[in-house]
Amino acid sequence: MSLPHFPILRWGEPYESLDVETVVHFATGEELCQVSQANPGLIARDMRQAHRARQALRAIPCDELCRRLGTAAGLFIKSTLPLGSARQSPEDFVRCQSATTGLPEHMCRFNMEKLHYVLTNLDAILGSLTRGLDRGILTRGYGEERGVMRSMQANSPVLGMVLPSNSPGTHGLWLPVPALQIGLVLKPGPLEPWTPFRMAQAFFEAGLPRESIGLYPGGAEVGMAVVNHVPRTMIFGSKTTVEQYRGNPAVQVHGPGFSKIILGDDCVDEWEKYLDLMVDSIALNGGRGCINCSGIWVSRHSREIAEALAQRLGPVAPLPPDDPKAPLAAFTIAAQAEGINGMIENALAESGVEDVTAKYRGGERLVREQRCAYLRPTIVHCDSPKRSLANTEFMFPFAAVVECPQSDVLKAIGDTLVCTVISNDEAFRCAVVDATNIDRLNLGAVPTTRLNWLQPHEGNIISFLYRERALQSG
Amino acid sequence: MTADVSATTAAPRTTEDARRALDAHLREIVRWHFSPETGTPFWLDWAKRTGIDPIARVKIVDDLLVFPNFADESLRSEPLERWVPAAYKGRPFTIFETGGTTGMPKQRIGWEDYKTDYEQFSATLRDADFPRNGYWLMMGPTGPRRLRLAIEHLANYRGCSCFFVDLDPRWVKKLISSKQFDQAKAYMEHVVDQAVTILTHRRVNALFTTPKLLEALAEKISIPDAGIRGVFCGGTTMEPQYTRFLVEEVLEGRTKFVPTYGNTLMGLACHKPLTPEDRYSITYYAPQPRAMLRVVDPDHPEHVVEYGQWGRVELTTLTKEFFMPRFLERDEAIRRRPCDLYPWDGVGEVRPFGASKTTIVEGVY
Repeated sequence: MSLPHFPILRWGEPYESLDVETVVHFATGEELCQVSQANPGLIARDMRQAHRARQALRAIPCDELCRRLGTAAGLFIKSTLPLGSARQSPEDFVRCQSATTGLPEHMCRFNMEKLHYVLTNLDAILGSLTRGLDRGILTRGYGEERGVMRSMQANSPVLGMVLPSNSPGTHGLWLPVPALQIGLVLKPGPLEPWTPFRMAQAFFEAGLPRESIGLYPGGAEVGMAVVNHVPRTMIFGSKTTVEQYRGNPAVQVHGPGFSKIILGDDCVDEWEKYLDLMVDSIALNGGRGCINCSGIWVSRHSREIAEALAQRLGPVAPLPPDDPKAPLAAFTIAAQAEGINGMIENALAESGVEDVTAKYRGGERLVREQRCAYLRPTIVHCDSPKRSLANTEFMFPFAAVVECPQSDVLKAIGDTLVCTVISNDEAFRCAVVDATNIDRLNLGAVPTTRLNWLQPHEGNIISFLYRERALQSG
Repeated sequence: MTADVSATTAAPRTTEDARRALDAHLREIVRWHFSPETGTPFWLDWAKRTGIDPIARVKIVDDLLVFPNFADESLRSEPLERWVPAAYKGRPFTIFETGGTTGMPKQRIGWEDYKTDYEQFSATLRDADFPRNGYWLMMGPTGPRRLRLAIEHLANYRGCSCFFVDLDPRWVKKLISSKQFDQAKAYMEHVVDQAVTILTHRRVNALFTTPKLLEALAEKISIPDAGIRGVFCGGTTMEPQYTRFLVEEVLEGRTKFVPTYGNTLMGLACHKPLTPEDRYSITYYAPQPRAMLRVVDPDHPEHVVEYGQWGRVELTTLTKEFFMPRFLERDEAIRRRPCDLYPWDGVGEVRPFGASKTTIVEGVY
């Protein structure tokens, strides 16, 4: 039987490349699909027609687009949809996504539900992100609201997305975009073509204009072409990538999160009450995400907390991806896991740092399999914020429990995507609210992984895509 | 002076004919470079030093194995006079340089070779695509490169003249290597803008450029609408999908695309005209017998690989001006079968050596 083939979608039209990559099962090497590879020039040429994507979407009222996207949500999660020349059921989708990304199947299902949630709650999400803006203003570009003229100008007819291979949950970020009457130029991660293609098919079947979506699988140079040619692009990368594009208004980079939990001096003595919250924040969804907690910061009890976390997480070991309790995602490139393990081992040589999980693990952190590898959860204790592992993030359940006086903590934590602060000390809460190095702030016992989609994530997508400007009429 | 027979011999029709013609030409060139009356100091000294008599030993192509792989370092280190055949002594020569990035470039001297090569190449071009008496534009590396004079000669030979827009590939490579991508982009725009100016104000029918510059030019103007009927292109890797993109989209299926593979040391290898069965996979054929290409096992370069297999490109240049046996190019390719038009081995899908294992900076050249 021939493998399913993902074509390039050029404003919705399939285009089969002469350059084709075969994507294989991470554990068995079984060939699963073929993916047409774009050459960068295709993007440059297609971007000449990008205005048509917005034109087509603008012809449909925002509310109607929200309704159609809601229909797409149902199709995405329940229907058998086209997959190249074949068709794919939701269960096949889960199996395939797991097989190429290394994510356990139950986590793939969870991510599907997350995407479904976003699409079925677009009204509320957009209402919140636009602060209740009359969406007709997005369509017309201007209009009166409460007697005041407001004008919203699209910064780009389309949003470019250079997507990762290892985190299917991130697709939630681009799902609201067509409802804002902005088209999409998607560059899927090499190992995760499944979600963008399936979602595009669901969009088409739900009545979104085909010409509103471009999909360009390919190598890093294709990602660069998207960044270079699309006026607004969202990318995912390392700390270096974040630095590279800092201050570039055309590129929104989603890098490591360095998300943290801080227990204030007034609550830290009751740390046991928050143990489940800490475990969930560290390990949920395989501990891969930027919203997973990588640091617990406290002024005392750090060693007891580390011990308790290590006791809970240390014994966690890999299970087959179809096991409904599989807790860990595989590293499909074993060398990546080996590299991370080596880095951790080197950093553990520093005094004041201890791998507390080691004694509860009953084996090595690195589990090598024939074609992949796993890293088992690791909790390290750092006696000071100065230790190199105190502020690090890895793509598996890893966290440092760091002892740090409350008076220093907000400076010491550095850039933090999600910060859960458990404290009733008003002065400290005030300081936390003012800390500009914290992006998403959870005040109280909220796991770092619990995202409220009605809140902006690493910048409001509305202000990335639209410019509020003055408009007067005579 | 003896005429260069290779330029006038009728094209062979079968692989056997081609092989016989190549063997005969090889014997003549070896005799020329290794005879005291006509020979080249570098090669005469080599024969003396090694005790090998190539005139006696080299009768057919397989006998070229008496020579080791040519060390191109000698093109940097040897005084230029050491490459002057006795028969050319006293005639001023032209100095051509290879790409180069930093340090001393490789240099090849020459007299008429580039003219002969490009006159032969001219015969492969259709007048409908590259009109006689039509102006040419060269947008690419000029400076000390053979290509600059060669393209001008080609234009002249076909009855007209050539405009030039220079691109310094050494500078581009430096910019890319030092990650100054913005500067590289700005320089490329500067080059392309100049070409657009020429094409806007002058009537030009034929263009030589590199693939990347061609793509960048098409971002600014429609190449067929600008009056360009044929594009002769070379310089970097052209994989099938990229070739298809150039033909179908950059040239809009309306301008003839003629890819070539060449360099200062070889001359110009022509491509077999593409057919649907080729699926845009380009095969080049050396300008035999003046140069021959083999695809060899990188670990055992004395052996060619099987047809359809990847290997390293090995070049032997066989003219009276320049003899260079078994030089291992920094390219790899698929060994392809002879075709009707060129009844000798071809090299397919040429790309930088090691490209399958690592990313190689090619810049715009």
